[in-house]
Amino acid sequence: MSRRVGMEVAIAAAEAVALCNIDVAAVYPITPNTHVAEHLAEIVAEGRIDSEFITVESEHSALSAVLGAAGTGARAFTATSSQGLLYMQEVMPIASAMRLPVVMVIANRALSGPLNIWNDHSDIMLQRDTGWISLFAENGQEVVDMLIQAFKIAEHREVMLPVNVNMDGFQLTHTVEPIELPDQAEVDRFLPEYKPYATLHPDRPVTMGAFAMPEIFTEVMKAKDVAIVNAKKTILEVWKEWESLFGRRYEPVAAYKTEGAEVVLLTMGSMGETAEVAIDELRREGISAGLLKLKLWRPFPFEELKKAVKGVKVLAVTDRAVSYGGPGGPVCTEIRSALYDEPDRPVIVNYIIGLGGRDVTVEDFVTMGKRALEAKTKKSREAYKFYGVRGE
Amino acid sequence: MIEVRWHGRGGQGAVTSVEILAVAAIEEGKYAQGFPSFGPERRGAPVAAFNRVDNKQIKIRSGIYHPDAVVVLDEGLVGLVNVAEGLKPDGVLIVNTSKTAKELQKAIGFKGRIATVDATAIAREELGVPITNTTMLGALIKAIGIVKMDSLKSPIAHRFGRLAQKNLTAAQRAYNEIRLSA
Repeated sequence: MSRRVGMEVAIAAAEAVALCNIDVAAVYPITPNTHVAEHLAEIVAEGRIDSEFITVESEHSALSAVLGAAGTGARAFTATSSQGLLYMQEVMPIASAMRLPVVMVIANRALSGPLNIWNDHSDIMLQRDTGWISLFAENGQEVVDMLIQAFKIAEHREVMLPVNVNMDGFQLTHTVEPIELPDQAEVDRFLPEYKPYATLHPDRPVTMGAFAMPEIFTEVMKAKDVAIVNAKKTILEVWKEWESLFGRRYEPVAAYKTEGAEVVLLTMGSMGETAEVAIDELRREGISAGLLKLKLWRPFPFEELKKAVKGVKVLAVTDRAVSYGGPGGPVCTEIRSALYDEPDRPVIVNYIIGLGGRDVTVEDFVTMGKRALEAKTKKSREAYKFYGVRGE
Repeated sequence: MIEVRWHGRGGQGAVTSVEILAVAAIEEGKYAQGFPSFGPERRGAPVAAFNRVDNKQIKIRSGIYHPDAVVVLDEGLVGLVNVAEGLKPDGVLIVNTSKTAKELQKAIGFKGRIATVDATAIAREELGVPITNTTMLGALIKAIGIVKMDSLKSPIAHRFGRLAQKNLTAAQRAYNEIRLSA
């Protein structure tokens, strides 16, 4: 039986990973993911799980060690944030090209400089094209659930890709909140033992991560793309199974009061629930507002998004990262592109919010909803707008 | 929903207090959040930590700007930090001090309710150290009844092990000795 506990989300993340009976973890702690690493190290040291915790000297080594372990058939895990994730970046596309199903939790944090340890999505956005499946959690419960789901998705024979689970640094990692923690028997029933496709073994030599000449490189890249596109089917199956076992529903694009809504906000990550409160407030004021919450970033859920915005007049997409000199925030850019060929696409406005830990309140989402509605009638619209800039 | 802000100095255990309070509320079947002021903390520097407690799911994840109660672990922060900032007019300010509410009122400029308790003296007697975080939990519970005193037992036992009983006694004394102004 699951038990309802009050627990810091970073600690709960480590507990979820322990429930998955990992064989190897290699983590270099960095704020705000430190408690994940510390607590997992404690769990291993106490002998609660039979795992190797490798204390590496850098994040580059952490992901490399985890890949090596996965190559031998181990279930392997790592965690990082921000600069640490950038330091891993060189190894990120290697993980997906080698089709090694490692799982990583990212405590999302801004990138330096100026030095800032607080939350936004700049770190993961720079990893967008590394071929990893990318999930975004909205609360502590989703962090726990998605981490357990992540191993099942990653290791599925039809997928065999690395998965990262994104949890907002501090807003999630450092908050104590109620969480239903599944028990070992429940997780064991859901998550079977990892059966690797191929393993490194001195008696049965294989090559992993070989050199590829121009004659074959394109084909390998296409294979990776096909694999991640096809992974959506497995992700949906895993989420369906999760719902039947645990009663909690997961969707690539979750909707809140969007039925017949004139203006719809879109968030990714922990701001979703705060935005829900703003939707209720807007509706009290007589504005027909709704909210979409993107939970699956890669593979991008094109069909689900198109369905979700049917009939919506104005879509206000929030982004927590910047594409400097580009067409808008990374999430909005994807959404505009996804909807370009739709005959009755909504007017799309883009707000850059919550950079480097800037708080975004219910009142801010209410304001964004109202401004987005006004934008509907304007002839020329800005492609994107930094919301709440001081002095503006 | 009840929102609480804690003021202390790095190392005085404000973050531990919000964790214990959140866990106590959750174990009562309520919904709660406990979180620090996000960012780096330095021993001795002023810090804040926060709680939300409600009977229904808490969705808001932004900061707390208008708390229902403020707890001050270290009297030395009064005047250094605006401890009453944003405190609701009908809210309560709970200060660890040997002074009276009247004496404090002038220094703080808060016209609402002020409650005082000499938590440092209690902590010295019961714990042997002037660490007042668990003591002040008792004061907060008496002032606003956010959770039952009994509900502190499990999270304090989990956190303090063999020192749990001393911390519970200190909290109970603050519960009994707090002076609430009308």
